[in-house]
Amino acid sequence: MITFLTYLINGLNIGSVYAVIALGYTMVYGVAKMLNFAHGDVIMVGAFLAYCVCAYLGLHPIIAVLGAVIGCTILGILIERLAYKPLRQATSLAVLITAIGMSYFLQNMAQLIWGSDTKSFPSIIQGDAIVLFKTVQDGVTKTLTLSPINILTMASCFIIMIALTLFINKTKMGKAMRCVSEDKGAAELMGINVNLTISVTFAIGSALAAVAGILLCASNYAPLSPTTGSLPGIKAFTAAVFGGIGSIPGAMLGGILLGLIENLGKAYVSSELADAFVFGILIVVLLVKPTGLLGKKIHEKV
Amino acid sequence: MSLLKIDNIHVYYGAIHAIKGVSFEVNEGEIVTLIGANGAGKSTTLNTIAGLIRPRSGMVSFEGKPLHKVTTAKTVSHGMALCPEGRRIFQQMTVKENLEMGGYSRPAKEIPASIEEMFVRFPRLREREKQIAGTLSGGEQQMLAMARALMSKPKLLMLDEPSMGLAPILVEQIFEIIKELHAAGVTILLVEQNAQMALSIADRAYVLETGTVSMSGNADDLLHNDAVRKAYLGS
Repeated sequence: MITFLTYLINGLNIGSVYAVIALGYTMVYGVAKMLNFAHGDVIMVGAFLAYCVCAYLGLHPIIAVLGAVIGCTILGILIERLAYKPLRQATSLAVLITAIGMSYFLQNMAQLIWGSDTKSFPSIIQGDAIVLFKTVQDGVTKTLTLSPINILTMASCFIIMIALTLFINKTKMGKAMRCVSEDKGAAELMGINVNLTISVTFAIGSALAAVAGILLCASNYAPLSPTTGSLPGIKAFTAAVFGGIGSIPGAMLGGILLGLIENLGKAYVSSELADAFVFGILIVVLLVKPTGLLGKKIHEKV
Repeated sequence: MSLLKIDNIHVYYGAIHAIKGVSFEVNEGEIVTLIGANGAGKSTTLNTIAGLIRPRSGMVSFEGKPLHKVTTAKTVSHGMALCPEGRRIFQQMTVKENLEMGGYSRPAKEIPASIEEMFVRFPRLREREKQIAGTLSGGEQQMLAMARALMSKPKLLMLDEPSMGLAPILVEQIFEIIKELHAAGVTILLVEQNAQMALSIADRAYVLETGTVSMSGNADDLLHNDAVRKAYLGS
């Protein structure tokens, strides 16, 4: 039982990080109708920025987080302006290849600046783990614990998800994003500045990526290196498709489910085959429901 | 005084020369209609005025100011609104949210009063306030699209095929509303395939044929013109 709960907590933990990354994919897809494969590498840049502020400048972790968020926001806007905006009218395949190119560009830049060896990420939160539950069975003590970084990760991811939902549904900019995502031309006719809206979307997605990168490295899910963002990026993209790409609640649900399936798969199926298990489930879901769990059917207009 | 002036615009879709030197004007307080067959360039003309398409040459000016280099979003704050072909309401948003988006360019505090005005003019929309717009009937969606365009308080309202796909009784209702809006002081530029209806409410009309203006004049005169009757009114 305790083992199960431990895996469940770990699953929720990593799942909530996947969800935050998946939000970046899904928002950009919704608004700009493109798959930003460089998103995973923005995660890595965010983690490196935080690492630099902590390790080189010796500043407080909160300042490191702020620095990484600001840095990635600017990076996201620059990527969109320099790489994707000139291709607004191009075919989606050209944009996709550009995104893959941007992904490698960021990885190589990171390698140039920080080297290819892995860095040990400083711990951003101290304290003892909270013991939730303790049993003694056959002389063996089993405990269910929640470490401070677990609490921080889950709390910040859930706060981000709630805040983003409110932002999208209640604010003027959030509603403008929904309009652009549904019909760019009609949005322009309302007086919405579509270019600005797309920039803001990239800015938010990249800021979220920075937070996710720090949480990933701080909870030791991934060592810090120029390729840190690749696998979580792909997994979060999978989560976004799983939940229904373009759908914000879908990305959240997809991310959390993916984290849970991955961890329970590791525990009860095979730790080597966990990823295969995750992708197997994804394939089954997409066979049954091609738009993803919460994806909307696309109506072709004549 | 001429509110909108189109001067010799040429529009291309790639190699296709869609609009070949169209000129016309709309005076303040008028209803002007553009009629013509499918593919004559009516919607292209409206989209060009709204800035969704850029003309290769020629001028669009509104209240004497050139507009053909201004973004679509800015044309809205100049006082122009286009209610596009096929309505293009935001299907996944509620009726009320659609109206709010229509008032995007205006100060937030003025919006509730304007929404109330729209509910008075279109009572059906009040009943549907919280409903997702995609679930409305065709007639209701057209009303919503018009109300949404009016939310920006335009001086010029451009309507692209408002009667498309609607039952005759609804078409009459929509045209009644257009007349009411006109009476309330809105200048209207109307694109219609239903030439009979359009000519019957318009002051003036232009006939478009493969990207050029082939005829123009008083709507009444055109309604009784033999060539127009034969080509567009089916008699």
